[in-house]
Amino acid sequence: MSDATNAAKPAALPIKDAGPRGFLVSSPPHLAAGATTQRIMFEVLLAMLPLFGFALYMFRLSAIVLTVATIAGALAAEALGNLMRKRDQSSVYDGSAIVTGAILAFSLPPSLNPYMAFLGGMVGIALGKIVFGGIGNNLFNPAMVGRAFLMICFPAALVSFTPTAPMTAAGVDATTMATPLYAAAKQMDLPSMSALWLGNTGGCLGETSAIAALIGGLYLVIRGVADWRQPLALLLTAGIFAQIAHWIAPDAHPGATFHLTSGAMMFGAFFIATDYVGAPVNPWGRLIFGAGVGLLVMVIRLFGAYPEGFMFAILIMNSLTPVIERVTTPTPFGGKVEA
Amino acid sequence: MIAALRERLSGLKSFQRGIHPPHRKKYSEHAPIELFTPTGDLLIPMSQHIGPPCKPTIKPREEIEYGQIIGDIDHPISAPIHATLKGKTAMTVITTLPGPGGKRCDAIPLKPSEEGAVPENFLASFLDRNWDSVEPTKYEPEEIITKIRAGGLVGMGGATFPTYFKLKRNPDRPVDTLLLNGAECEPYLTADHRLMVECPEGIIVGLELARHAAGAERAIIAIEENKPDAIEALKKAAVGHNVEIAVCATKYPMGGERQLIPAVLGRTVPSAPKGLPLDVGVVVVNVSTAHGIARAVVRDQPFTHRVVTVTGLGVKKPGNYLTPIGTKFSELIESAAGGVTSEAIKVLAGGPMMGPTVPNLNVPVIKGVGGITVMIDQETAHWHETPCIRCGRCIDNCPLYLSPTKIAHAIKHREYDLANEFDMQACCECGCCSYICPAQIPLAQYIRAGKNQWRIMQTKQKATT
Repeated sequence: MSDATNAAKPAALPIKDAGPRGFLVSSPPHLAAGATTQRIMFEVLLAMLPLFGFALYMFRLSAIVLTVATIAGALAAEALGNLMRKRDQSSVYDGSAIVTGAILAFSLPPSLNPYMAFLGGMVGIALGKIVFGGIGNNLFNPAMVGRAFLMICFPAALVSFTPTAPMTAAGVDATTMATPLYAAAKQMDLPSMSALWLGNTGGCLGETSAIAALIGGLYLVIRGVADWRQPLALLLTAGIFAQIAHWIAPDAHPGATFHLTSGAMMFGAFFIATDYVGAPVNPWGRLIFGAGVGLLVMVIRLFGAYPEGFMFAILIMNSLTPVIERVTTPTPFGGKVEA
Repeated sequence: MIAALRERLSGLKSFQRGIHPPHRKKYSEHAPIELFTPTGDLLIPMSQHIGPPCKPTIKPREEIEYGQIIGDIDHPISAPIHATLKGKTAMTVITTLPGPGGKRCDAIPLKPSEEGAVPENFLASFLDRNWDSVEPTKYEPEEIITKIRAGGLVGMGGATFPTYFKLKRNPDRPVDTLLLNGAECEPYLTADHRLMVECPEGIIVGLELARHAAGAERAIIAIEENKPDAIEALKKAAVGHNVEIAVCATKYPMGGERQLIPAVLGRTVPSAPKGLPLDVGVVVVNVSTAHGIARAVVRDQPFTHRVVTVTGLGVKKPGNYLTPIGTKFSELIESAAGGVTSEAIKVLAGGPMMGPTVPNLNVPVIKGVGGITVMIDQETAHWHETPCIRCGRCIDNCPLYLSPTKIAHAIKHREYDLANEFDMQACCECGCCSYICPAQIPLAQYIRAGKNQWRIMQTKQKATT
């Protein structure tokens, strides 16, 4: 199938009448766009830089420590998995484990113990990816599997947020600190709109700044790395849902802008819901997937026991992906082939 | 996404999806057409069209004239084969065809005579631009059809479907539009482009004749916008004729019938293998074929030569050569194009998106070969298949809205029924999916193999029942 193997040893070409000089035989096309899995993963990491930069400003050292810990955990699990399955280590270098680790780190609270983060990265790759057969075969988003594992094992650590240096400087009470969503669920005072957009609030490592997530996300969409369908459907559904809830009970629920800019919404819409493997491949399937995640996030936020539900929403929709794909198989341009 | 937006705003005619490979036409797009007459033996295959191969109609070791019929068969889907040079034939041999799978067939060797192998001033008469006196309507449609059959014309875009059969009127399925395909969307190839620049009048006459034969009202010439000189030339030549020039976006595979018809006319051709452009009242003819029609009908000149682009970084002198059918690749490349460089690793019969490779240069140029691309290592893609990451690019870029990754997966596991459920048979094998795949899965190759396997299984099944 690959002519590269032939290129290495042209003398062994299986041609009977190659004449004085044989040429490579391969199936067209003979050109390629030059995209590789590695390159795609690199672009995703590049798009995460604004978020990382903001996390550095907000959470200082813990941003670096947590990110390094999750990535190290993810890479370790990937390498171990390859060793156990007697595969070559190429999947370590394709960057997918690094992306998984980074996404997991960005969805963890900054005060988390790095050992837990390392464990989360390992479990995410091991149970979320390796057991299904490695890259491309996992049913669930590995980063979210890792986070779910941490959520089960260390529930208290995953929901405790302490204010950081930039915030205490701005006069935030140093002993208690609530995320915007927690505040909304408990009917407390909400942070200002500009704080939500910028990210001057409590929250997970990469989730506080909506604007940084938007910049990175738009980069991915424009570069064609991420599909526009999941984020659009997701944000639209969640926004409409939140706005309707706000109209029905204005005192209990803040409006659409609050929900779209708080918690994991913006980050998740562009970086988690656009994850290739767990989402459907069909255009309509991706719209349904995005809308489903948006709906579930809002249901959990408004009616669930947790203030944030992005992880659950993604995992539930991941499990529905095969069904969605089945019903959204595209019709060929000229109609179904007649039997 | 940005490319799609830009295309929408440009106002050019286009279809949905598809890809933008590098053009690489600059090597040969300004090289005027040159006549090439080989001195070595020709190999004229008996199978140069879709349908059953021709039977030789001459004896071995016979002196034959230029343009004499040397092979024919009584079958609707066929076209006669002519002696492309004056010379002496030999015993029929078996040759490999420059096509997918290295198909083999009978071929008549022809030793060109030392003098007058090709008619005098052949290049000038081939590119003759003086067609003013021709009145297409004075020919009867049946007469045109007969002359096209006698001229041995087949689709020169590569499909090699007998042209006369395509243009023959069918009362049950009337044709309202004749679409002339000058898109030439394959990278590297410039044969059609040069012909449009150097002999637009002949193309227009061929178009008028084909329109008259098929009974179509509208006639449209579709050209990609990266050939401004061809657009200009055809516009000039079309003055006084009821012909529309459709300028299309430069996009691959614009030249495919199923993409060109929606792009230009907005009509959807039903899916292959049963659906045809005829189902929506359209006949698509390549510009080079139209030129051949004019020569066959008005001048009674058979299809003996075609313009072949010899290009790629692997040849020393890329250019467009008017080559007799049956010329061996080796001679054309050595004598006309200056030979291959030491880095040449791949020789394609056609362009890099759909052109199959040839294992050696001992194969003849046939009616469907519009170009020979000799590629060096750096300009070809290197495939290292890795697992599918379900990015969905093949689905987003498939011009036929198929799911290449799913079809390929099914074929990999030999689930041909499942592959058919994903409409494997509708695939036109354009190769957009392979081109775009970041996991470098040779999707088009899988699908091609799957279709082939399915065909073999069907024939076996028929044989047993």
